Amino acid sequence: MIPLSWYLIFAAALFAIGIFGVLARKNAIAILMGIELMLNSVNINLVAFWRYITPERITGQVFAIMVFAVAAAEVAVGLALIISIYRRRKTIVAEDIDMLKF
Amino acid sequence: MTPAQIIFLITAIVTLGSALMVVTTRNMVHAALWLILSLLGVSVTFVLLEAGFLAVVQVVIYIGAIAILMIFAIMLTRGISEKEGPQINRNWPWALLISLAIFAGLAWMLSSWSGLSTQIIPLDSRVDTISQLGQALVSPNHYLIPFEVASVMLLAALIGAVIIAWDGK
Repeated sequence: MIPLSWYLIFAAALFAIGIFGVLARKNAIAILMGIELMLNSVNINLVAFWRYITPERITGQVFAIMVFAVAAAEVAVGLALIISIYRRRKTIVAEDIDMLKF
Repeated sequence: MTPAQIIFLITAIVTLGSALMVVTTRNMVHAALWLILSLLGVSVTFVLLEAGFLAVVQVVIYIGAIAILMIFAIMLTRGISEKEGPQINRNWPWALLISLAIFAGLAWMLSSWSGLSTQIIPLDSRVDTISQLGQALVSPNHYLIPFEVASVMLLAALIGAVIIAWDGK
């Protein structure tokens, strides 16, 4: 069978790639994509721990569903913000959106 | 190696490779398509973990809703996003350093954890995990309140997204 460590290392690698995307990309939509990758790696961890450690309780899967709901809400609001900024400022480059900076 | 291990390794390589393409490719539409492949790989991982309902939900919500929403946003902001210059900012070596440090830290922490060698036990065939999950989500003794809060949050996000993206005319 597949050892638990394989899933955890896989999820850690996916999380690291997502963090690189969030920190390095210029485009705000690409930053949201990085956040999606990170949320997915968290879900893999939750389901792997459910399956290996506590298969008799369904908590891990319930948490994963909560993460799905939060991800859907976050993407809807985030993309609405990006479209609104694009309409007013004609840019979606994250470092050009600096209205709050003195 | 068992067939499950081979499937897992192929899935992991495809998922991580397409995730790397998501964060490095210049063309945003291509990045969204690579993101879909990566999400599909995660869904296969859920199947390997015997969480069939979550695998279906992953395809329906992530690929069917979130990735399509992203493609729509990319098309609405097209032209501005890939016109000039590199798609990664000038601090990318620091970002690489931080992500490698986080990966190394997680791997080190995992290697020293005692529960890592937990053996998988077969699921009780008398218990249906999908009905167990459904019962847990609507039972007052389990997760009814988080479930209701999540539905209110989705409604708030729906209204908020409409109001934010409204152009006022």
